[in-house]
Amino acid sequence: MPKVSMTVNGKAVSAEAEGRTLLSSYLREGLGLTGTHVGCDTSQCGACVVHVDGKAVKSCTMFAAEAEGAEVTTIEGMAAPDGTLNAIQQAFQDHHGLQCGFCTPGMVMSAAALLEENPTPTEAEVRHYLEGNICRCTGYHNIVKAILAASGQDVSGIAAE
Amino acid sequence: MYSFDIERPTTIADAVAALGSDEAQALGGGQTLIPTLKQRLAAPAKLVSLSGIAEMQGVCVADDGALCIGGATPHAVVAREAAAAYPALAALAGQIGDPAVRNRGTIGGSLANNDPAACYPAAVLASGATIVTNARSIAADDYFDGMFGTALEEGEIIVEVRFPVPEAASYQKFLQPASRFALTGAFVAKFADGVRVAITGAGEEGVFRWSEAETALSHEFRPDALMDLSVSADGMIEDLHGSKAYRAHLVKVMTARAVAAAAG
Repeated sequence: MPKVSMTVNGKAVSAEAEGRTLLSSYLREGLGLTGTHVGCDTSQCGACVVHVDGKAVKSCTMFAAEAEGAEVTTIEGMAAPDGTLNAIQQAFQDHHGLQCGFCTPGMVMSAAALLEENPTPTEAEVRHYLEGNICRCTGYHNIVKAILAASGQDVSGIAAE
Repeated sequence: MYSFDIERPTTIADAVAALGSDEAQALGGGQTLIPTLKQRLAAPAKLVSLSGIAEMQGVCVADDGALCIGGATPHAVVAREAAAAYPALAALAGQIGDPAVRNRGTIGGSLANNDPAACYPAAVLASGATIVTNARSIAADDYFDGMFGTALEEGEIIVEVRFPVPEAASYQKFLQPASRFALTGAFVAKFADGVRVAITGAGEEGVFRWSEAETALSHEFRPDALMDLSVSADGMIEDLHGSKAYRAHLVKVMTARAVAAAAG
């Protein structure tokens, strides 16, 4: 089986992959990085979102071989090495931006991509950007609130629902 | 998925050579093909990824004013980089799927697949664009060939799409909210020598030009010019999301909205 090499969370990695090995499988089974979740496996739900060369992609709908040589960031790469959460993760905790938590890795990765493009989005822009991330608990309200808070905006006027 | 090999050439010539082998298939952004493979609806022996070919990436304006988009350019790049030269096309690209899909899906992949509800075919047909392959140039009017059918030969690659830029244009999509494809979408493009109207999501044979609307709008570019036209339900798609009559109605509504947006 051929080896596929890339940089994941700043570290050079290499693992065997078939042609049909998805990036999500490569990360989870090849590297043991199970923070990236596979929800629907049909590119609808967004639980598997990671960044490839700085762009949010659904890792269940990209082959590992297509990421050869790329810089990949997963949810495991978001906190500081000492475990300190980044601003988005901390905001999800502070504002209870999760219920069961299954969609959270993809939500955080999409939120990071959004804030990179648009550092102070409106509530409508956040909701629009999350079109491809489904929360089966329907806990969108606090997810949106957490992302607005992470962008440094005042969310004290938004009711906790 | 069935097992297959994957190659990632870095030049068009190498990609064409790789596609010459038995049961080889091109892979664009994979946002349709990968789900298809997962369902075992396709069984290529080899996938040839086009994502590593630098000469098929990017957006530029040619000397004749045409907007040129590399076949492997993702929707997100078109949404950003075509915004100044051809805002209606950039807006269309920015409404395909969701942000993560737009970072992978490509214009060439969309056109090679020719999904009857895809957005890009409407832009290409309404703009009178030219599909440039590794072998030839194909006019939009000769390219689309029924549902999921195109003029592409086996192993032929879309390396570039050239769009003449209209004086005014708009794409209005009635969103099918689960798939984010067009339940019906209308692209209206007004050129100095006339108006072109292309409809996606509605016809059983895929994207088509609405010639009666083109004649009426070429005479008078206002939504009211469509008032007396009617669209036959014959040949429209019917599924659980909408009947033939519903789609025929949407053709007129969405075209009128596109004219209003373009004229505004």
